[in-house]
Amino acid sequence: MLATKAIMEQGVHVEGINFFTGFCVEGHTHAIRKKDKAKPKRNNSLWVAEQLGIKLHIIDVIEEYKNVLINPQHGYGANLNPCLDCKVFMVQKAQQWIEENDFDFIITGEVIGQRPMSQRKDTMPVIARESGANERLLRPLCAKNLPETLPEKEGWVNREELYDFSGRTRKPQMALAEQFGFTEYAQPAGGCCFLTDKSYSDKLVDLWTARGKKEYELDDVMLLKVGRHLRPKAHFKMIIAREEGENNFLQGYKNMFQTMTTVSHPGPLVLIDGTLSEQDCWLAAQITARYSQGREAEQVEVKMTQQGEEKSFLVTPLSSEEIPKEWHV
Amino acid sequence: MACMNKQFLDARRLLCPMPVIRVQDKIKTMALGDQLEVVCTDPGVMQDIPAWCRINGHQILSANNNAGEFTINIIVGD
Ligand code: SF4
Repeated sequence: MLATKAIMEQGVHVEGINFFTGFCVEGHTHAIRKKDKAKPKRNNSLWVAEQLGIKLHIIDVIEEYKNVLINPQHGYGANLNPCLDCKVFMVQKAQQWIEENDFDFIITGEVIGQRPMSQRKDTMPVIARESGANERLLRPLCAKNLPETLPEKEGWVNREELYDFSGRTRKPQMALAEQFGFTEYAQPAGGCCFLTDKSYSDKLVDLWTARGKKEYELDDVMLLKVGRHLRPKAHFKMIIAREEGENNFLQGYKNMFQTMTTVSHPGPLVLIDGTLSEQDCWLAAQITARYSQGREAEQVEVKMTQQGEEKSFLVTPLSSEEIPKEWHV
Repeated sequence: MACMNKQFLDARRLLCPMPVIRVQDKIKTMALGDQLEVVCTDPGVMQDIPAWCRINGHQILSANNNAGEFTINIIVGD
């Protein structure tokens, strides 16, 4: 936001590009959970573009991003976040976009030293080089700490009016935001990508382990964001809605999975991923009953649906002690 | 003036920003003054599609909620 404004102040026409990888924490995630319904469900990049008065292009990179996440050349960060490879990929896509749309250079809001993995002085040139953007990649907020780029050499922007921010402190950014008159300043550190989240990354690792290979589809990525995930046995996992919003969301997937619901008591919708033996079905039914309003009841009736066929189970719900911590993914 | 062309887009079951991306890609193939009617199920579209239209110069003709299905009519701008 600040980098864009800084360049616009120099009279340059800027348009925004937002890449959708599938892992972005956006309005939809908030829309799923009912308790968040009061919060505005805005998309941050659209909001930023509107504040700045620029066009925004949202690009679906879900398919291409798989290779970045599955085989990162530079490895992962603290969780499954392949930040350096991700930045190289995005700048490379932006380079392709500017060539197709007749733009001259790319700007990013990166600041040296702000993120431990991808925003270090030694990784800045890596991104420029490996993306193929080279001298056409300008970081207005820390440009003065980096070698001159093409837009500066050509005089398209004045290097003297760019910045020399560095390190983790955000004070200079806050001051600049104030100077630009931004009263609300979107998302400082992280928080916009699920891959930096430990619990999300654990669920993705569990999915890959269970499948025996690192691969995923958009539906997998979405379902990892929703519900309580329990793996009682290596060969099956249960996704249990935690409240009404998640229940509604999981309804959309019920034809792709075996499902369980409680009949005798109100309870959540449960999706089951895996192939279950008769014994597994009984266990799954007891777990389903545990998360229903019949958790204290002697017996709960649970209905299982698989490809249109229904089966009924009368079970005693498991107690919380009977659900080991290790089952929680 | 050339006859207005009306097109339909089904973006049900898609979560934001996918409906916005579909609208954007569809509008790229349409001409100034054409109309696009999009149907979605993610309530986020009631904010995101109008916001996307405002910043990209398209006009919202109507946006209705019919029992959880959101229908938005857009006139393509420049
Ligand atoms: S936080 Fe996520 S989106 Fe951002 S650079 Fe890292 S992997 Fe990419």
